[in-house]
Amino acid sequence: MSVVIGKRESIRTRAVQCAFIAAALLFLFFFLGIPLVSVFYEALHEGLRAYGSALVTADARSAIFLTLLVAGIAVPLNLVFGIAAAWLIARFDFHGKSLLLTLIDLPFSVSPVISGLIYVLIFGMQGLLGPWLFDHDIQIIFAVPGLVLATIFVTFPFVARELIPVMQQIGSEEEEAALLLGASGLQTFLRVTLPNIKWGLLYGVILCNARAMGEFGAVSVVSGHIRGKTNTMPLHVEILYNEYNFAAAFAMASVLTLLALATLVAKSLVEWKFADARGGSVRYVATMEKKIS
Amino acid sequence: MLLKRNTVLPGFRLAGGFTVFYLSLIVLIPLGAMFVRASSLTWGSFWEIVTAPRVLASYKLSLGTAFAAASINAVFGFLVAWVLVRYPFPGKKLVDALVDLPFALPTAVAGISLTTLYAPKGWIGQFLEPLGLKVAFTPLGIVVALVFIGLPFVVRTVQPVLEEIEKESEEAAESLGATRWQTFRLVIFPCLVPSLLAGFAMAFARGLGEYGSVVFISGNMPMKTEITPLLIMTKLEQFDYPGATALGISMLAASFLMLLVINLLQWWSGKRLGRG
Repeated sequence: MSVVIGKRESIRTRAVQCAFIAAALLFLFFFLGIPLVSVFYEALHEGLRAYGSALVTADARSAIFLTLLVAGIAVPLNLVFGIAAAWLIARFDFHGKSLLLTLIDLPFSVSPVISGLIYVLIFGMQGLLGPWLFDHDIQIIFAVPGLVLATIFVTFPFVARELIPVMQQIGSEEEEAALLLGASGLQTFLRVTLPNIKWGLLYGVILCNARAMGEFGAVSVVSGHIRGKTNTMPLHVEILYNEYNFAAAFAMASVLTLLALATLVAKSLVEWKFADARGGSVRYVATMEKKIS
Repeated sequence: MLLKRNTVLPGFRLAGGFTVFYLSLIVLIPLGAMFVRASSLTWGSFWEIVTAPRVLASYKLSLGTAFAAASINAVFGFLVAWVLVRYPFPGKKLVDALVDLPFALPTAVAGISLTTLYAPKGWIGQFLEPLGLKVAFTPLGIVVALVFIGLPFVVRTVQPVLEEIEKESEEAAESLGATRWQTFRLVIFPCLVPSLLAGFAMAFARGLGEYGSVVFISGNMPMKTEITPLLIMTKLEQFDYPGATALGISMLAASFLMLLVINLLQWWSGKRLGRG
């Protein structure tokens, strides 16, 4: 009797499970799957030739180059900052640490439009430094430096936020041992710290880079949309789209989508690698960091 | 800053100095400059700007759509997290990785893709049109974009907590005769509430400030489908710097409030888990 009930119950449980799985997958299919597929469909449905030619126009090439340039400056700078901040926060005790952590996090909670606005208010023509910059013929807003600044701002916390919990978890025993054995600070950092944090570091850089290359709102405010001059790839997508040149817009968008997919693959690989190396998962660091700190 | 504990580790001054310098240069001074800029406004004119009818309509729209999207994400994000943690199914790792797509995909790409899908002749829009449902270029479209953007926040805050819930308490409840639904309602769900609320708050905060994915699908009609970040953009384009600054300050205040709420919720979540 009890066996029969048990069996009936387990069939019912399995049915409930399947219903839940189906509902979850259906939701993801509609909200993630279809949008993803449609980018490639819209990009390619006018043929490969149209696709290729949309990507090699002078404006498209300059947008690609500018995106690489901006990310190429912003990511290394935030990488250096991330290492310094993580070393400071994970290795020393001092007053005001939690305030510092909150301030580092700040750019994540600010609207992208405001991230651009603050630089316009300083460096723009009517900005605080505007007249001085104009007299000295330095252009920041509607030029590459503005794009770089806005990108640095929106990607500011990524590397630091990944590294801090990783370094806290590892602890400082190995570094202290190296120093006591006579290694210099730099040697200790390069030979002990860096190998220990390399996966966390790579993880942060991957996320930072994806955001740097894909940022739209903040750079939109400071760019001025000058074709061939201050248009990054996402801004170029917008311009083409607003000109009803959908195939070309989606062609450029598909390149950005491939970048996003590559980011997800790289991220997953690092997660698995990191899980092997540390016996834990780095994945939730981004969301669980506040618990640790 | 004051060093409390002696340590043999070097680099406190170097790392500290650089961190504070870079933080000030990139974040604190520019944000502070916005307040300096706003201080040239009188309180009356500030208030007039941030309570103008068009601005109030944008607040209502931004708050309403962000709230609706975060609520949808709370339900379905919870479901996705639950399924990913509890049930085995083929392709799970792939689905798990795909959940982060909205974090990785540039918002402009999400915007044009969703707009094309939900436009009256789009893949999804053509089925909704006969039902009288207009999505693209209506507030509903904004909700759709914000659901896309906010989904990973709920999944990624609930998922780790769900993984850490101790099986013992669940087994104890069941061996004491609780049904599955009772176990879920009385044992599992209370542990998850703080993280679910934190995920909701993050999705909501992100929705308030979101720009890239929304501008394409919203249609941007003043008073109807114009979100607050877009209004800031419009004021900037008209060189109305005081207006943009005042709105920026009001949005920043909302962000700080949300940041505080999220921090409190996460602290609560950590505490609940530590005890549980």
